[in-house]
Amino acid sequence: MESAQLLIILATAIASATPLVFACIGETITERAGVINLSAEGTVMLCAMVGFVAAKTADNVWLGFVAAAIVGALIALVVAYGAITLKQSQIAIGFVLALLCSDLSAYLGNPYVRIPGPTVPPRFPIPILQDIPLIGPLFFREGDILVYAGYVLIAVTWFYFYRTRGGLTLRAIGEQPAAAFARGHNVIALRYIYTLIGGALMGIAGAAFSLDFKAGWSYRHTAGYGWIALAIVIFGGWNPLRAALGAYLFGMLQSLASVAQSAIPDVPTQVFTVAPFVLMILVLVLTSGDWLDRLLSYLPVNARRSLSRALRTAPPAALGRPFEQD
Amino acid sequence: MKVELRHIHKHFGNVHANDDVSLTIEAGTIHGLLGENGAGKSTLVKILSGFITRDSGEIALDGRPAHIQSPADALRYGIGMLHQDPLDFPPLTAIENFMAGSLATPALLNARAAERGFRALCSQFNFDLDPHARVSDLTVGERQQLEIVRLLANGAGTLILDEPTTGISASQKTLLFDALRRLAREGKSIIFVSHKLEDVEELCDCVTVMRRGRVVGELDLRPYRSNGHAGHWPADKRFEVTTRIVEMMFGKELAMPTKPATHQDEVILSLDGFVLRSDRLEMRIEHLAVQRGEVIGIAGLEGSGQQLFLMTCAGLEHPAAGSIHVGGRDLTHKPYNDFLRAGVCYLPADRLRDGLISGLTIQEHVALRMSGKGIFIDRAAAAQEAERAIATFNIRGRPDTAVERLSGGNQQRTQLALMPAPLNVLLMEHPTRGLDIESTLWVWQQLIARCNQGTAILFASSDLDEIVQYSDRVIVFSGGRISPPIAATELTADSLGQMIGGRF
Repeated sequence: MESAQLLIILATAIASATPLVFACIGETITERAGVINLSAEGTVMLCAMVGFVAAKTADNVWLGFVAAAIVGALIALVVAYGAITLKQSQIAIGFVLALLCSDLSAYLGNPYVRIPGPTVPPRFPIPILQDIPLIGPLFFREGDILVYAGYVLIAVTWFYFYRTRGGLTLRAIGEQPAAAFARGHNVIALRYIYTLIGGALMGIAGAAFSLDFKAGWSYRHTAGYGWIALAIVIFGGWNPLRAALGAYLFGMLQSLASVAQSAIPDVPTQVFTVAPFVLMILVLVLTSGDWLDRLLSYLPVNARRSLSRALRTAPPAALGRPFEQD
Repeated sequence: MKVELRHIHKHFGNVHANDDVSLTIEAGTIHGLLGENGAGKSTLVKILSGFITRDSGEIALDGRPAHIQSPADALRYGIGMLHQDPLDFPPLTAIENFMAGSLATPALLNARAAERGFRALCSQFNFDLDPHARVSDLTVGERQQLEIVRLLANGAGTLILDEPTTGISASQKTLLFDALRRLAREGKSIIFVSHKLEDVEELCDCVTVMRRGRVVGELDLRPYRSNGHAGHWPADKRFEVTTRIVEMMFGKELAMPTKPATHQDEVILSLDGFVLRSDRLEMRIEHLAVQRGEVIGIAGLEGSGQQLFLMTCAGLEHPAAGSIHVGGRDLTHKPYNDFLRAGVCYLPADRLRDGLISGLTIQEHVALRMSGKGIFIDRAAAAQEAERAIATFNIRGRPDTAVERLSGGNQQRTQLALMPAPLNVLLMEHPTRGLDIESTLWVWQQLIARCNQGTAILFASSDLDEIVQYSDRVIVFSGGRISPPIAATELTADSLGQMIGGRF
């Protein structure tokens, strides 16, 4: 395979991971605030349907994104109300919503299956940046506007998390809400806000599938992506950069699978559809937990310590627990 | 800032945690708030810091009424609180903690500027804190220092410290006290909440004593000191102060001993050259022989080693030296199971944490204790046994009631019902804490019935009336020493107060 060809495959892979980037960043924000929105699978799927239908009806692709974001936020509102106000099990609420919204997408989206609709304008190379050797063709030539929005989202989220007072507060309410409350923050309101923002981003992820990277609508159109996003957030250590890296890695695995599929036509195609999910879980397991320690033990001591510090993660301490004021 | 609390009331369910509490703290003073656990001190200061909303009452700062309904309000008035368990963010670094929630922090973080301010404040108080250390790697004392520095950077004029000397080292305590004295000199008011008499005496200008949700006395310590603020005490003055404070904490009048004689001549528990050691104290009992049917009351300020003593007698801890015999058998350094087989039973103070199992029902507790041979639980037998226990011990609950749903009194009744039948030594902490009068009487009736069957009881309590009423002999724990046993009938409020203050 020529290197130029490989570069295009990789660039396409990076671009096609964009919806997952949105979903992972959204879930990371929500979970950092201490709330698990386990409905990701359902949210992404229902919003993919809603985005497609809205864009088709209004004949405006951007309105599709707006509608998807609103529906994503509304689903997150149900999670937030149940988890924060009613203090019920976040796992149960999220899981039921995941199933409900997936089925709802199939039911409501039935009339729209496999019909053409509007899509995001393709291929939008960025002047100047696309000419940087290697970086340019990899990141700034094959993508469309959404791909670049994804880059911006990652950078902005990272900057917000680690360089602003708001981000510090966000991390604080997920760790030790009582302490944040003692410092004068409105924990409940902030948790609502971040859960809604996270839900809206997951909604946008859904629309990014149906209006761009997997254009159109079909039965269970985005099956599996919500779950893999949840896994990537966990193994990404609730860090937006690492979560985004995980999403891109998954995109790569998918395009490698499709390349492999055309190379070895004897193997059933299902194997290649499923392989990225399995490989991703393997990679995630290897880069976390005890396996990591075992891998690191082969390294020299100096490298081991800094690498271990960079890779070692712990969930927000108050993740999934309601905040009891008083 | 002068802080005034007027007629504060707060109920938690049936408990009147603050009953018409009024308190004034002058600007530039360190004010001690002293009392046993559960006296209502923490509730009161949490009301002042906005953490708990009061039922009624007023707060005035520098003479003007203050509307404090949340921590955010309190911060705006310059009231900062150090909680007993540090309320900070362990995975974040010290400097991130310092910036989080600070009014001075700009929307875009400026770590370098924050670090400068942080270092300046630290050096003022000789605190040696690494701004980039994770808080989870700091000691309790260092986390406290971090909180103090943070609150000061936020412009706190009133500092509340809830039990700050628990779990910190001696040198950290010195550093803390120096910092607090310095802040008081600068005109800030400090509220120092503690159940440790010696800390309050060493540090505070004034002390207010609380008991059972009420203020029971106040004392200005400054006139007793040779030179005002500093911690130097003429020995006789210090003793006078101790006696007066202990009197406030426990009351002047003592109840009359009411316990019938139940002791038999046989010695059931004997300790010889018994040494208890924890990180902070070492205590010694030369010789103690407890007879069957005898009740030994253990008095003293809370945290003076009573719990360690009872746990060591129960076989849950090992003595540093010396021997323990139960019923003539040497149990020194034997496993806990041997203690159980020798008929030793320990009922801890925290019934739901250490005594009963939350989430299990009364019947399941009974089944657990039955320890049958087979794999399966004999449900019918357990149900029958639970019904019997409920009837005999007058528990207000049903066999399928989960224990955490029972009231405190009924939990204690359940614990008593679960005690093994032939029992040689019963060790208890606060047997009637949180119980109403009826339950208290009933519990002691049961305990005395046990004594008649030959059980020896050792119990610790912060209720001196209970100790005098139900003990045959009393020992006092004070400042790392254990007094020789004294017959309850020979005790007076005065002599007992002096012993608790450390004179024996």
